[in-house]
Amino acid sequence: MSYIPHTDADRKAMLAAIGVKSTDEFFADVPASVRFPDLDLPGPLSEPETMRELQELAGSNAHTGEFSCFLGAGAYNHFVPSIVNQMIMRGEFFTAYTPYQPEVSQGTLQAIYEYQSMICALTGMEASNASHYDGATSLAEAAVMAINHFRLKRKKIILSPLVHPHYRAVLRTYTQGMGLNIVGDDQLDLTLSDLVPLMDTDTAMVVAPYPDFLGGVEDLKPIADAAHGVGALLCVVANPVALGLLTPPGALGADMVVGEGQPLGIPISFGGPYLGFFATKKEYVRKMAGRLVGETVDASGKKGYVLTLATREQHIRREKATSNICTNQGLMAIAATVYLSTLGRNGLRQVAEVCYHRAHYAADRIGELSGYTVLRDRPFFHEFVVRCPRPVADINAELLDEYGIIGGYDLGQDYAHLDQHMLLAVTEMNMPDDIDDLANALEEIAKQ
Amino acid sequence: MTEPLIYDYSSPGRAGITMPQPDVPLASFADLPNGLVRDPQTLDLPEVSQLDVVRHFTHLSALNHSIDKGFYPLGSCTMKYNPRINEETARLPGFAFSHPMQDPLTAQGNLALMYQLQEWLKEIGGFAAVTLQPAAGAHGEFTGILMMRAYHLDRGDAARKKILIPNSAHGTNPASTTMSGLEVVELPSDSRGNIDLEALRQACGPDVVGLMITNPNTLGLFEEHIEDVVKLVHGCGGLIYGDGANMNAMVGIARPGDLGFDVLHYNLHKTFSTPHGGGGPGSGPVGVSERLADFLPAPLVAIVEDGDDDEPPLYGFITPKKTIGRMKAFHGQFGMHVRAYTYMRVHGAEGLRENSEVAVLNANYLLAKLKGAYYLPYDRVCKHEFVLEGHWADAPDVHALDISKRLMDYGIHPPTNYFPLIVKEALMIEPTETESKETLDQFAEVMLTIAKEAHESPQVLKTAPHVTPVARLDEVRAAKELVLCCRPLPEWAE
Repeated sequence: MSYIPHTDADRKAMLAAIGVKSTDEFFADVPASVRFPDLDLPGPLSEPETMRELQELAGSNAHTGEFSCFLGAGAYNHFVPSIVNQMIMRGEFFTAYTPYQPEVSQGTLQAIYEYQSMICALTGMEASNASHYDGATSLAEAAVMAINHFRLKRKKIILSPLVHPHYRAVLRTYTQGMGLNIVGDDQLDLTLSDLVPLMDTDTAMVVAPYPDFLGGVEDLKPIADAAHGVGALLCVVANPVALGLLTPPGALGADMVVGEGQPLGIPISFGGPYLGFFATKKEYVRKMAGRLVGETVDASGKKGYVLTLATREQHIRREKATSNICTNQGLMAIAATVYLSTLGRNGLRQVAEVCYHRAHYAADRIGELSGYTVLRDRPFFHEFVVRCPRPVADINAELLDEYGIIGGYDLGQDYAHLDQHMLLAVTEMNMPDDIDDLANALEEIAKQ
Repeated sequence: MTEPLIYDYSSPGRAGITMPQPDVPLASFADLPNGLVRDPQTLDLPEVSQLDVVRHFTHLSALNHSIDKGFYPLGSCTMKYNPRINEETARLPGFAFSHPMQDPLTAQGNLALMYQLQEWLKEIGGFAAVTLQPAAGAHGEFTGILMMRAYHLDRGDAARKKILIPNSAHGTNPASTTMSGLEVVELPSDSRGNIDLEALRQACGPDVVGLMITNPNTLGLFEEHIEDVVKLVHGCGGLIYGDGANMNAMVGIARPGDLGFDVLHYNLHKTFSTPHGGGGPGSGPVGVSERLADFLPAPLVAIVEDGDDDEPPLYGFITPKKTIGRMKAFHGQFGMHVRAYTYMRVHGAEGLRENSEVAVLNANYLLAKLKGAYYLPYDRVCKHEFVLEGHWADAPDVHALDISKRLMDYGIHPPTNYFPLIVKEALMIEPTETESKETLDQFAEVMLTIAKEAHESPQVLKTAPHVTPVARLDEVRAAKELVLCCRPLPEWAE
């Protein structure tokens, strides 16, 4: 089965028009020794059989449609309004290419322009690009931008150990050929104020999370002042839903704000496709990577939108480009725009508040249980750390098997000093009853 | 036809959805550090009804050209039909609602799918191992170059700094090289559109990391001396990077691994039909030969416990021994993996090969129809695409851009223009296999009409497009005035 429309008659007519006998003749320049390999792939299936196979694969996973879920750690189970999927399922959006030809791409361009505007509003920054692959690669692009901003004269990046472990790993992978000095997270229990003594005039960028990987919220002003004191840039890794409740990083001194846009109407989908947002101050726009949409007018003076500042990009600048970025996450950016439009000013605030209150309710309930300690040394948004009486993996296995609950993240995997500590996330999807069920289950598990 | 901004529909107090009210004992915001509770007035999002949102985005969508609306012969982009079954399988609850951090034991369906996809891509490309982590083609390139660099460093050979790149290459090739901290050496092309062998021979030396090659290249031509090219590069200790952007001509035709390629990125959003989404999400898995397998980004999916007749194997994540690290959070663009898996399952080996054959048939058919009216700088059998010159000496005012814009008036998306750089006024045309003979005939007809118009009434082309939602846009003004955001600057910004 295929989607090829040609009849035998069509093929014959086309081959005749070209003047060849068979399509094999098109491949005469391919070395004969390797031409037409027999590929060992499973045979074709009809669409119903294909659907059945995929349903079986999907059906063998535990998922949040079936189980109550308290897992976050960088991917958050929020409600995705039906309208989001309905809008991005429009073929005019999802079967279009990058809007290089603006006259026939105003739909995508304007939607991205609105996305940029909303990301600016959310982060309190002046300019947003059209998005990156995910939060981790957004952070890596911020590092590249900071290094280029200082024309490779500053080589140090200071990284809070409470930035998501995957993001820190990606930043290192990206910059391995650049000879950078990446410090701060070599000691995993450093706080933001511990980073200040590391700052010097070789420091290009300081990275602070908001909230951090453990859910904690700290004031960014002191670290912004310290970074600026040595002339470095401050990059804040933010959760966009938290920004419904928290003062935007732009107001606290951030030079770049990056993060994972998945919480804005994008399903958790086993890790992707997601949405890396990236916002900065206007003065740094020309150093920024990624696509940018700008407003302009057409030949008759009518307002319209185009991709702009392409002279930073690889297809014009080649080896001198700010980045090798070609695509963004266009459709995911449109999803986030539909989401933010639908929730609006009050809706996003409400979701953030519900997350906050329910998370604190969950922390209070679990904190009362014997054997469990909630770490409350720092304020938190919708994620918090619980010291557990047994290994987290064991508790999670029991939660799933006996109680139908997907438990929290096992922090011992990334932070040795947090062995037997669980990271729990609570969103508007976790109803008060679900939280009570979790607390009751944890209580019973502790007794065993 | 224009559409107001979503903010223009906004009226204080409107809302597009009912979300839960706080329904547990309220926690105090006073716990948060001083001054960190946001003043809601600074949360500058629109306040609109749900119907406003639906109408707004429906109106916006109508302003786009798309594969669903019409022919999209955009060279090197493989704008083939995006099958609807893929969209449905990717949204099955078990896929869409599974969490990337959940215990792999509870996500065996996802891991099985990723493992199979790795295996099939290995088989299609002739490689020893595949990573699904890269999020797009350029991301795959970057992954590949980092692995090549790591391979040489691991052998204690730190002197290699140069990546050889033909002048017909896509701009991402040199940009990925620079991001990896390596130097670009550009190679000229010969008169038949191949890499200039003599220039390559001279460039090969002990300072070469490797060569990046697109085959078929951006002219749509198969590299006629590919075996010599590989031999020369391997002979000096270098590696071969294959840019898989043009794999849609090659599935079941020749395996890059069999030709001696060491690395190749696939574009699932080109060859394997996952939608382009108006600029992403893409997906750029990377295949490698045996000697690079240990350097792949972590993690990979592997069978960690063999199955038998009664039990399926157990899948898990593993870290290659000398991994370059992680390229992305979590496991790649998983939803795209589901779509590509679905596509391969529907086709099987024969179906995939037939796609490549017909993609090449369609391109050669159009080439035969157009080469009289348009100058064809490299007159050879093409693969899945070809490049014409969009300019005539006897119609000097008309350029490739004008032809492109005029095509829009006929409901057709323009070809890729002004690329590759080695053809002046380039028009790069890729029809793909899912277009019918009627569509191709109609396109050829329109192209011939435009060639005629160029000579008889060039003004019609110079002022095109005429029937699109907007006319030609002032790109200089956009870059100069740089309006990137429709809202007033926040008060704290200087």
